[in-house]
Amino acid sequence: MTLELSALDKSMLGSEQGPSVAAAMKILIAFSKAVGAGSLLDITGAHIDGCLYHGKAGLDFVERLVERGGRVRVPTTLNVGSFDLIHPGMVKMPVAEEVPARRLMKAHLELGCQATFTCAPYQTRFRPEFGQQIAWGESNAIVFANSVIGARTNRYGDFIDLCCAMTGRAPAWGLHLSENRRGRILFELDIAGSEPSDSLFVGVGLIIGQACGDRVPVIAGLPKPRDEDQLKALGAAAATTGAVALFHAVGITPEAGTVDEAFQGTVPEEIVHINRADIDHALSRLSIVPDGAPLRAVSLGTPHFSHDEWTRLLPLLRAVAPDRGIPIYVNTGRATLSRLREEGSLDGMEAFGLIPVADTCTYVTSILERLDGVVMTNSGKWAHYAPGNIGVTVAFADMKDCIQSAAAGHVVRGAS
Amino acid sequence: MTQPIEVKVVERAGTFQLTGAAEGEALVFSQPLSFWGGIDAETGEIIDHSHPGLGNNVAGRILVMPSGRGSSSSSSVLAEAIRRGTAPAGILLERPDSILAVGAIVAEFLYGISMPLVVCDIAGIGSGERIAVGVREDGGASVRKI
Repeated sequence: MTLELSALDKSMLGSEQGPSVAAAMKILIAFSKAVGAGSLLDITGAHIDGCLYHGKAGLDFVERLVERGGRVRVPTTLNVGSFDLIHPGMVKMPVAEEVPARRLMKAHLELGCQATFTCAPYQTRFRPEFGQQIAWGESNAIVFANSVIGARTNRYGDFIDLCCAMTGRAPAWGLHLSENRRGRILFELDIAGSEPSDSLFVGVGLIIGQACGDRVPVIAGLPKPRDEDQLKALGAAAATTGAVALFHAVGITPEAGTVDEAFQGTVPEEIVHINRADIDHALSRLSIVPDGAPLRAVSLGTPHFSHDEWTRLLPLLRAVAPDRGIPIYVNTGRATLSRLREEGSLDGMEAFGLIPVADTCTYVTSILERLDGVVMTNSGKWAHYAPGNIGVTVAFADMKDCIQSAAAGHVVRGAS
Repeated sequence: MTQPIEVKVVERAGTFQLTGAAEGEALVFSQPLSFWGGIDAETGEIIDHSHPGLGNNVAGRILVMPSGRGSSSSSSVLAEAIRRGTAPAGILLERPDSILAVGAIVAEFLYGISMPLVVCDIAGIGSGERIAVGVREDGGASVRKI
């Protein structure tokens, strides 16, 4: 397929808008041709997953764009970096690694990106609206934007998310186009009577991620979520075990009023039944630690804790009042944290072991004091990645069990 | 006294995802290899334990495989390998790959090193054969056994 370029695309390519834009457009065009797009389309925003330092090439790329006077053309948020810039000293890293890692975060700001440093840009004032075309990186953010909001993005990654931001354009392909957003595989939940707990949503996410490959999943029979945070957890889990960029939940998400609407009138290619035992099995694989195992820490907020989640956590902390000095890390966006500080909600909470973490996440960098024991989390995503990334042993549980365990000093599940 | 040697030239045409010329020994896989988690950018060695090429080194070779695979982080790994000189001399694929294309283009943009990335028929190319990738007059790729 030939790629048709608009007059503006051509002027960007021809250096009329500056050398950085020209470079970004050149890369974007090559990418668009490789995916078979016929044209480019306008985007209203971008989210860049480029602030974690993985090597010199990544930093060189951003530095080069900065040197040549590059600026993003659309509102652009940033994903987590390797540092908590709000709490200096929290991340421990050798200087040789710290210098380029800090520079990478700063260089993105010099391109005009917003200092959000959150994996949950949908919790910020840059949250997109239904139907808007965007170019987002970060798997949980992508699946949330597409599924819960009904904005439109593909899974953008290394370099390309920034090229879209620098040009304000994205290839007209994949999930940007209505016809590719139709469901392909149907998951029928047979879980009548199950309590719509947080872990149920995580379990469903883990299962659909594993089973659907690159096909858009449709979930029928999902209990009505308490709030969007349960859908956040479902999407993050599905994007962890699989390549899910969009799911439809019938009667819940905006493009799935009915099964028929979710499939755009087509027939499912496959139907998968999920029962309570399947969900329990999927969750049990995240947590091989027996009850009673000594606990080193709790980590919540992957993806970043929302204000609503804090509003549930803080009264729980006060009620349970853990006093064993076991750290309870909570990853959150810096905007959410400022709001809590302004409200005075965090005053005195450090007595219970609470340690808020902003701008980064406890599984991508060295924050945890001790890695030699069990860490408890309510996040399917954290439970999946942390053992490989930072070498901890994980126990997965609902938030209440995590806090009860911090108070007990060992893993407790099903606490009442 | 030298006798003229008859060289059997097998040439095929291809499309460039990134234009360039290269020559090297073919390293052929029927199974796609993910650069992220599959290749050590410091050495060029294949480190994916589930891949039949485990232990081989891609540096300076013409890597031949049906397609790319895996995470978009492969773009960074390829760009980093090109920067360090541990990347293949060129890559031949049966199907275009957006992730490898981005890595190659970014490396050319940053370091001026052009690692040709070609989409062509890969049937009949065996590991160990010497392959030359060149640019045709029409801008297309020529892939020859030499």
